[in-house]
Amino acid sequence: MNPFPRDDKPLAARLLEGFGRFWWDFLVGDTPEITLSVVGIVGVTALLRDVVHANVAAYVALVALSVGTLALSAARGSRRG
Amino acid sequence: MIGAVNGSTTAIVLVGAVFLAAAVEMVEALTIVLAVGHTRGWRTALEGTGVAVVALAALVAVLGPALVHVPLSVLRLVVGVVLLIFGLQWLRKAVLRSAGIKAKHDEDAIYAEMTARLALTGERPPRDRVAFVVAFKGVFLEGLEIVVAVVTLGTSAHRLGLAAATAAVAVVVVAASGALVARQLSSVPENAMKMAVGVMLVSYGTFWTGEGLRVHWPGGDVMIAGLVVVYALATAVVVRLLASGAREPVGAPR
Repeated sequence: MNPFPRDDKPLAARLLEGFGRFWWDFLVGDTPEITLSVVGIVGVTALLRDVVHANVAAYVALVALSVGTLALSAARGSRRG
Repeated sequence: MIGAVNGSTTAIVLVGAVFLAAAVEMVEALTIVLAVGHTRGWRTALEGTGVAVVALAALVAVLGPALVHVPLSVLRLVVGVVLLIFGLQWLRKAVLRSAGIKAKHDEDAIYAEMTARLALTGERPPRDRVAFVVAFKGVFLEGLEIVVAVVTLGTSAHRLGLAAATAAVAVVVVAASGALVARQLSSVPENAMKMAVGVMLVSYGTFWTGEGLRVHWPGGDVMIAGLVVVYALATAVVVRLLASGAREPVGAPR
């Protein structure tokens, strides 16, 4: 059995599919919690910077929430083994 | 004076991040090319590699200048978010490997698996499509990650030329090392490199996300070095916590 089977779709469809799959794997992959957290972090930082006008709180939150995301995602990964 | 310090700090972190990211991806691409070359012949392996390199060069030539026309704040926010996500993914993987929860990336095992799969495809035709596609895909996909790192880091720091040159040097250094040691790529300290790249990508990502959101960082660009220190310490703490809670180290490859 050939472990590298031929794909009979048209070239344009394969390229488009490959391009979409690359970005999905690149930005989401098996860690959707990181992608969702970063979207949330951007929202919280923008809120603190532009609505509350708290610059220091904005950059502290940006860093602290990023560290928290790493810790929580790694802990989730350790539970999955 | 302060501007010069800011500029050189950005350049040092940029060169370090791009060099290590390109080197790690190049090790992975080289493992695939060497497996194809040894099992199916060097001509097709090098043809696949060459076409992938040309395709990647064309991508950089198109993407780089096009990004200059995007408003700077939008570019910085998008680049920052992409780098933050990408960096956290890398760092998470490196943390899990350092804590002994996930098996380390074993280039020898990947090489053995790839050569076994290629051997299954049987006789070599005059035009070896399988070998060409495997070499092309390996180089193109790993190279695409180098391109993303070069384009995002280079354009946001207004140093696309420096980033591209650094990546080129890393690719040449790894290729030359690979040619010298034939296939003993497992001796490359890939996890330590991955962790260093992860820390730098997350630091850059945090900085540019903040810049894109009009956050004023204390110390300007020098803060990138401060963020590297903060994330390196945080990573060390997370590894320690997970390692102490880990049941037993994983020994199987991948």
